[in-house]
Amino acid sequence: MSNKNLSKMAKEKEVRNLSEVTVRFAGDSGDGMQLTGSQFSDTTALVGNDLSTLPDYPAEIRAPSGTVYGVSGFQLHFASTEVYTPGDRPDVLIAMNPAAIKKNIAELKPGGTIIANTDAFDSKNLKLAGYEASPLEDNSLEGFEVFSVPISSLTNKALEESSLGQKEKSRCKNFFALGLMYWLYNRPLEPTLNWIQKKFGKKPEYADANEKALSAGYNFGDITEVFSTRFHVEPAKLPSGVYRSISGNEATALGFLAASIKSKLPLFLGSYPITPASEILQYLSNYKEFGVKTFQAEDEIAGVSSAIGAAFAGNLAITTTSGPGLALKTEAIGLAVMTELPLVIVNVQRGGPSTGLPTKTEQADLLQSIYGRHGESPVAVLAASTPSDCFDMALEASRLALKFMTPVILLTDGYLANGSEPWKIPHAKDLKDITVKFRTEKEGFAPYFRDNNLSLPWTKSGTPGLEHRIGGLEKANITGNVSYDPDNHDLMIRIREQKIKNIVNEIPDLKVDGENEGELLVAGWGGTYGAITESVRNIRQQGYKVSQTHFKYLNPFPGNTADILKRFKKILVPEINRGQLAKILRSEFLIHVIQFNVVRGLPLRTSDIEEKIKEILGGLDNGR
Amino acid sequence: MADNSGKEQVQVQDKKYTAKDFSTSQDVRWCPGCGDYSILAQVQRTFPEIIGIKKENIVWISGIGCSSRFPYYMETYGFHTIHGRAPAIATGVKIGNPDLSVWIATGDGDLLSIGGNHFIHACRKNIDLKILLFNNRIYGLTKGQYSPTSEKGKITKTTPYGSVDYPFNPISLAIGSEATFIARAIDRDPKHLQLMIKRGADHKGLVFLEIFQNCVIFNDGAFDALSDKNTKDDHVLVLEHGKPMIFGKNKDKGIKLDGLKPVVVDLNNGHSVNDLLVHDESDPGYIRSTILAHLTDDPSMPTPVGVFRQISKPTYDEGIENQITEVKKKKGEGDLEKVLFSGNTWEVS
Repeated sequence: MSNKNLSKMAKEKEVRNLSEVTVRFAGDSGDGMQLTGSQFSDTTALVGNDLSTLPDYPAEIRAPSGTVYGVSGFQLHFASTEVYTPGDRPDVLIAMNPAAIKKNIAELKPGGTIIANTDAFDSKNLKLAGYEASPLEDNSLEGFEVFSVPISSLTNKALEESSLGQKEKSRCKNFFALGLMYWLYNRPLEPTLNWIQKKFGKKPEYADANEKALSAGYNFGDITEVFSTRFHVEPAKLPSGVYRSISGNEATALGFLAASIKSKLPLFLGSYPITPASEILQYLSNYKEFGVKTFQAEDEIAGVSSAIGAAFAGNLAITTTSGPGLALKTEAIGLAVMTELPLVIVNVQRGGPSTGLPTKTEQADLLQSIYGRHGESPVAVLAASTPSDCFDMALEASRLALKFMTPVILLTDGYLANGSEPWKIPHAKDLKDITVKFRTEKEGFAPYFRDNNLSLPWTKSGTPGLEHRIGGLEKANITGNVSYDPDNHDLMIRIREQKIKNIVNEIPDLKVDGENEGELLVAGWGGTYGAITESVRNIRQQGYKVSQTHFKYLNPFPGNTADILKRFKKILVPEINRGQLAKILRSEFLIHVIQFNVVRGLPLRTSDIEEKIKEILGGLDNGR
Repeated sequence: MADNSGKEQVQVQDKKYTAKDFSTSQDVRWCPGCGDYSILAQVQRTFPEIIGIKKENIVWISGIGCSSRFPYYMETYGFHTIHGRAPAIATGVKIGNPDLSVWIATGDGDLLSIGGNHFIHACRKNIDLKILLFNNRIYGLTKGQYSPTSEKGKITKTTPYGSVDYPFNPISLAIGSEATFIARAIDRDPKHLQLMIKRGADHKGLVFLEIFQNCVIFNDGAFDALSDKNTKDDHVLVLEHGKPMIFGKNKDKGIKLDGLKPVVVDLNNGHSVNDLLVHDESDPGYIRSTILAHLTDDPSMPTPVGVFRQISKPTYDEGIENQITEVKKKKGEGDLEKVLFSGNTWEVS
């Protein structure tokens, strides 16, 4: 059938406009769901929708196929308006096998749509998923709109003439599913066709098979009678500029690259692979043309230690990790505090303690980051709020580390790291320079003679005439010689503390979204920004009066924090932990705060936050 | 990017240093009679002769322990770090600025116990670091517990009935970890120690120099047999490249290989110098150096000192630099704007 005929038939189907949709792709770990999801996201971004994604995959690389714990998912929320979260519950579930339904059905919106690959609903897969009868046939999916599509056999049919083996052919079924979704949501095939050419250009038979499967999926939507309606989501009205889709880990890597250029410092990353932080090391190891040096260390401790050494040699020094790795690095971070060397430690938080939920998100390392070291050991702690914000915060963490000669911990999380969103790309020339001045003058040099910020001079090894020794033993103020003097120790502890406090003069004030005072302020930090923002906006539309603020600077807090907190009668702190920021706000500001804590390894659900807000406000009468 | 990279510094020494140029104003705080004094003195004496670079380009890194106070007494850049991590921190210094000459002062607990992982990986990667292991076979700074090089059965505060674990053979460990320069010296033989420091300084790649060092307080006399005038010639085998392995007060004993088994032979009694093993420190194989390493474990054998093994292969830091140069040649100097705007982009007007 020619394309002309196809488009003619397409016109006969009803097209419905939607303002937003949440789609979840789910299948076996080996089914290529992450690839399918990210292709759909990229294309959706290209057509101008705002979006947010949530990859959700098991820690096992290839868990036994057909099992519930082996299900890999990718959720995507896109809209013609601003999008803040990957969506609480999907409207549409693409289920490549029975396990995908078993795992996800409880989350699907009532009345939601299921597109199921019927070929995978054989007795073996049903048994593996724990079904006695096929859910497609036993009415258990009543209340949902189920589309049964034999995706595997249709893919095979489309690839009849391909020279690939049966196994390779059936691997193309995710592209069939993707093509079908492109038809359903009226998206162009070209971006994915281009991607296939780029990826498989050297293996034309693979490129050809994937292209055919993609087109077959699209055409199937067009000609089948299964689907009578397709959907259209208008482009969002985003600020003008050039955009790309970016994940938190890639944004973090780019932020450090930018910091290196803007500070004119060579970039050194010492790191040990750990989920979900490894990608930052992977991205940065590509930028050799910028002189970036990446050292894949023998362990977490060597990762941070090598970075400390590189800082001593005059590099912009970074180490990246996740919670358990931060625990291993704490002794060395103490050394960086003591020797006052600039260092950025990125903690991409995941579910803990111990190995916990390595591929899931959590915010439970705030206390570890601020307090989790031996001795009085203050460091600056920042947190990124969205995937693209990781770029700004990596730059900011570098700037503060260099200006205050201190370790800075930058907290992101599994959700930010793997999730992506459209990013209005900044021009390199518009990014602010970071001024770094190495000490070179011999005259009046003392290793511990501080500037007005209380920062030490940065005297890198190799500077003539300024040879000196630093180390973990307490140092005498100004001279930097080893000192066991009791009063000197007390003084040095106060100086190190004050230095971190001085950062407050360099960071922006806390902003309030909504009324500047009132009944309720919702205060969050880090990666929950999207969920809190969306719930606050939703609930305002229902007539409630709620204000919102969000912390990106956790130590020190912005200078106006106390002032803002006292202007509200009630403060709600939603967190993906058991109340860590809440605890700090209470102890720092002696205020009452209300906690909202759900620690499921997943982003907070906006509907849950909304309910909590309603409960606090006790109905519209109080909240108006 | 080059502005702050430190590349502009000149490498060539323009003035002749003396030992005094390398000593600091700090009081040396080791116990009177400690072997560390000799090591410090030999380093300070040797450095003016061997280091063809300015002293601002020398960095001493240490971990924790008595030996790790070393950087405070050297008038170079110095970093007294944390227990066991000196090789890891030194790695960052070296990669961060490959023009620096990076030295590590460490002890048997610091390097082989808590720092064992960093040590073997620094060896494996052949990072251009010079490691001086002050091996006194005891924990000194924590006041006398046995160490990973203490002999089995050692009675210490934590092993009142004798230690039950077997010690590391540090030379063998370094061979197994692929270090490219492996040598041993004794604190009480200053001339030989100086020679070994010079040899190590001239080597490009990972240098492992084990120095038998006497702890006067907690393990006094551990190496007496090797340093006492009356016994040392019969107990020490001085390795010299290309020379047959002869030892003994009267130079009348030698080491011969019986298959792969080393045996001591008497040159006065039917054996000639031609029967003896000839030392080849540049042998790329591992068998000769390993046999020599384990002579130390056998009380009937002399303990070798000198260079066990020296081979040449590209260093890790060099590898990183070369890769950067090659990629820059291929792709040109990095352009941030280009990277930021790479991938699938779209415009919103």
